[in-house]
Amino acid sequence: MPRFADFVRTATAAGRLVVQPRMGFGELARMRAGLTAVRDCRATTIGTVTLDSYTRVGDYASARRALREGAELNGFPLLAHGAGTVRDLLREVSGDAFPVQIRHGSPLPLDLFRTMVAAGVDATEGGPVSYCLPYGRVPLPEAADNWARCSELAARAPDPMHLETFGGCMLGQLCPPSLLVALSVLEAMFFHEHGLRSISLSYAQQVHLGQDLEALAALRELAAERLPGVQWHVTLYTYMGVFPRTPIGSYRLVEDSVRLAVHSGTERLIVKTPAEARRIPAIEENAEALEFADAVARQAAADCADTNCPPPTRTGLLTEARTLIDATLELGRAVGSALVTAFARGVLDVPYCLHRDNANAARAVIDERGMLGWSKAGGMPVTVRDSDAVCTSPLTADRLTTMLAYNERRYDREDLVGSLLRSSA
Amino acid sequence: MSLRIVVSSVSSDAHMWNLVYLQLLLEEAGHEVTNLGVCPPDGTVMDACRGADRPDLLVLSTVNGHGHLDGLRLIRALRRDPELAALPVVIGGKLGVRGADAEEGGRLLDAGFDAVFNESEEPAGRTLAAFGDFLAKLAQTVAVREPLVVGAPH
Repeated sequence: MPRFADFVRTATAAGRLVVQPRMGFGELARMRAGLTAVRDCRATTIGTVTLDSYTRVGDYASARRALREGAELNGFPLLAHGAGTVRDLLREVSGDAFPVQIRHGSPLPLDLFRTMVAAGVDATEGGPVSYCLPYGRVPLPEAADNWARCSELAARAPDPMHLETFGGCMLGQLCPPSLLVALSVLEAMFFHEHGLRSISLSYAQQVHLGQDLEALAALRELAAERLPGVQWHVTLYTYMGVFPRTPIGSYRLVEDSVRLAVHSGTERLIVKTPAEARRIPAIEENAEALEFADAVARQAAADCADTNCPPPTRTGLLTEARTLIDATLELGRAVGSALVTAFARGVLDVPYCLHRDNANAARAVIDERGMLGWSKAGGMPVTVRDSDAVCTSPLTADRLTTMLAYNERRYDREDLVGSLLRSSA
Repeated sequence: MSLRIVVSSVSSDAHMWNLVYLQLLLEEAGHEVTNLGVCPPDGTVMDACRGADRPDLLVLSTVNGHGHLDGLRLIRALRRDPELAALPVVIGGKLGVRGADAEEGGRLLDAGFDAVFNESEEPAGRTLAAFGDFLAKLAQTVAVREPLVVGAPH
């Protein structure tokens, strides 16, 4: 088993939630300092190297130029630094007790995978759909071919890599959980089909605790059902949409994501920092957020043992996710070609996604119950709640903003009593 | 006066919600929108603004912090191109990795943007209002330049 999965399994057995930041810096020294700070903070951590957006889109020349000229990059330029440098960096900071994952966001990551394998990277993430449709202009069939080769490369590496799906996060917000779960499982099946045996399935916190619990239970059930012989675990991301602006609101949202992870039996959590609403967080802010998450996780585990965990909703999410998966798999002999055909026919359709290979006929809303639901099914076998006024009224820019800022508003209610918080003098 | 507007991200920015939102907003205001989506190469943006497709305005929206680099490169290319040198072009969003930076905004304006709406400089509502004012003024200029066809049916 890759040491990444091994580390997670050991932590789970010890009753600890593994926490991990999203962190990437252009300069080597700062990246090293960031990883060291994550390794040494008071929590059960895995390190992250997030790549910069030039490297993500394959514009290595711009990444190299920025590095040379000292311009600030929004992540670590893996190829500009090169496999040798990355291998040395990982030897220095990581180990069995501190595996590191590379997070990138590239639809055509073959060059990245070659460098990662050469550098002996423990783990990475993404997927043919989740890193194609939301993040670029690459045609889906091309991304699927590229990801198939990447998966095979990762599976054949001297130390086989661990791969995490990003399918549970489509567009970060406003994607109903049944589709997130279906895509996460389908991408995991794709990885499995191309030889990987150590896989994690992602899901991003949305807007309703009960619905998220139902989604995570469905994800686990479908993973157990569809991934025989695979060592898998689940990774939750703290909310990826518009973040609260106040520190209190941000911490409370992070806290809820930790509780969601613990109550759902999720093994690993990718934690956000309060600074992220405005800018890329500093190293110390990341370390503090991880320590905060760890403290909440311990408390949540104790709470859970004392009382009952909050109950999941029962909205038929598992059935809808399974129907989406089966409707997709019918369309091809391999998971990759089935995914390509499913999107071409709109059987899978990510709401609001502007990519040309996405039908963009489906629409999602936050319904009257405060849950994500469908307002237009498009060509998907999903149910629209016709009885729900929110699901049936027309979408305007204003309504879209209101929905996008739903969690920001909910968690920033301290703004209403702002004077109490501001009067420090 | 309804404007023909091309909405686009910049080459390295994969954020999509800002583009979805802008399209809805501009369409509700009666404008006609072509949405180029995320990560367009500079050539794609420039080609979408040429010839018969020439819009009244190009709106670049970016939030990944590379806007000050990508926007600068793109506006220089646009301004060097004789066909596009006079095209109204604005950029908005979160343009740098450090948050508000007036110097970056100034550099973008100097390079040829007609307006810069850096969201981290002030409350987003005010930035949006400034964008609305810009659109209203532009709509007036375009209306003056292209007077209503006399004798058109009412």
